[in-house]
Amino acid sequence: MKPERETMSTSELISKITELEGQIVKLTKQTKSDVSKLKTQQNRADEAVNDLKVIQQQLLQQEKLASLGQLTAGIAHEIKNPLNFVNNFSELSMDFIQEIEEELEKLNDSTEKENILELLSDVKSNLHKIKHHGSRADSIVKSMLMHSRGGTGTMDPTNLNDLIREYVNLAFHGMRANKNPINVDIRLDLDESLSKININAEDFSRVILNLSKNAFDAMRDKIAVKGSAYKSILAVRTKDLGDKVLIVVEDNGPGVPDEIRDKLLIPFFTTKKGTEGTGLGLSITHEIIKTHEGSLEIESELDQFTRFKITLPKTTT
Amino acid sequence: MKILFVDDERDVEALFRQKFRKEIKSGELELSFAFSGDEALDLLGTENPPKFVYVFSDINMPGMSGLDLLEKIKGKFPQIKVSMISAYGDTENYNKAINSGAQGFFTKPVDFEKLRNEIKEISRA
Ligand SMILES: Nc1ncnc2c1ncn2[C@@H]1O[C@H](COP(=O)(O)OP(=O)(O)OP(=O)(O)O)[C@@H](O)[C@H]1O
Ligand SMILES: [Mg+2]
Ligand SMILES: [Mg+2]
Repeated sequence: MKPERETMSTSELISKITELEGQIVKLTKQTKSDVSKLKTQQNRADEAVNDLKVIQQQLLQQEKLASLGQLTAGIAHEIKNPLNFVNNFSELSMDFIQEIEEELEKLNDSTEKENILELLSDVKSNLHKIKHHGSRADSIVKSMLMHSRGGTGTMDPTNLNDLIREYVNLAFHGMRANKNPINVDIRLDLDESLSKININAEDFSRVILNLSKNAFDAMRDKIAVKGSAYKSILAVRTKDLGDKVLIVVEDNGPGVPDEIRDKLLIPFFTTKKGTEGTGLGLSITHEIIKTHEGSLEIESELDQFTRFKITLPKTTT
Repeated sequence: MKILFVDDERDVEALFRQKFRKEIKSGELELSFAFSGDEALDLLGTENPPKFVYVFSDINMPGMSGLDLLEKIKGKFPQIKVSMISAYGDTENYNKAINSGAQGFFTKPVDFEKLRNEIKEISRA
């Protein structure tokens, strides 16, 4: 027989158990705190990994955009030259047909003459179509180039107020002539003491057109929600700041939600459906302002206003 | 008045001949075309002094660029006026051209009215 285990007295047993219990409690506490320490550390690590992922995404995005930009610039240029020929030759041929028609008018009337004039009129209308679609393609190519190179042409002394008057007006009439026109109260408050500043007028007119068009689109959305009680206003101001010029384009539309505020300048970012927006307007705008060594600020309050503030130095190189 | 156009795109010849049809017919203008910088210099070198009054050159061409051609012409025949016609209307090209003595700078697509006025002004002077 095996020797019996040494027997303990009941009191001895109880104290042993209490001691063990204490140890267990202590160990559990220790483990718990270790686990929570580990957890916070793991959380920190997770956060860092997440941050890294976001940065990596951004870098990837930038790299993609940079190479996309180079690619589009290359393609756009290769397309531009043949496109110029298409446009030039179609225009020339339209002029020639005009001349032919004038010469034909000098001839006696006959069924042959009638027939020739009819055919010429068809050819002329075809040439118009070629020219029209050629110009369409040309403006797309131009925006692509503008985008990847950030502006073309030279900086010339320009009356900024005149340019703003002209292009806000143009944007307004363009909007009125297109589908879903809206009523807008246009308020220009232009600092007439402003002297001419060096800008690329063609590029800068795009800035005014883009910002005005965006404002009209945004206010149209608000009208759809609020109905006729809401009166849409587009206000454009200029102000002489001494060595700088401030240009403000402000609408009292729906405003820009915080979640997308940071995304507005990203190429191809749009909230517009289908073919209504390319999402290039603001990124081109930003690009042009940068080539003018200026800055763009966006302020907005939901349901109240959206304000684009452009600051341009008076002396651009 | 003799004018030389330099461009690596051959269709430029048909385009300009048609655009200036009336002026060519009336004998007001005589147009020549070269399709590279070397060809242009050869053409200018055949007469001494060359009868050409004005050269319009593209910038982006394989081989000698329009800006190189500009410098060569200005070195050899300073009396000939040279303007650039380029699809690249950026300030860098513009400044280079003007600093090398270019008379003017036209961007593509060419504004023919502007070009016509420029030529008229020169023929009047
Ligand atoms: N004035 C504004 N008010 C409210 N949201 C605006 C305003 N301007 C721009 N946005 C928002 O910014 C987005 C990007 O504008 P952007 O001009 O770059 O492209 P788009 O207008 O959508 O397209 P496109 O310019 O080709 O018409 C718009 O889709 C819109 O959501
Ligand atoms: Mg837009
Ligand atoms: Mg070329």
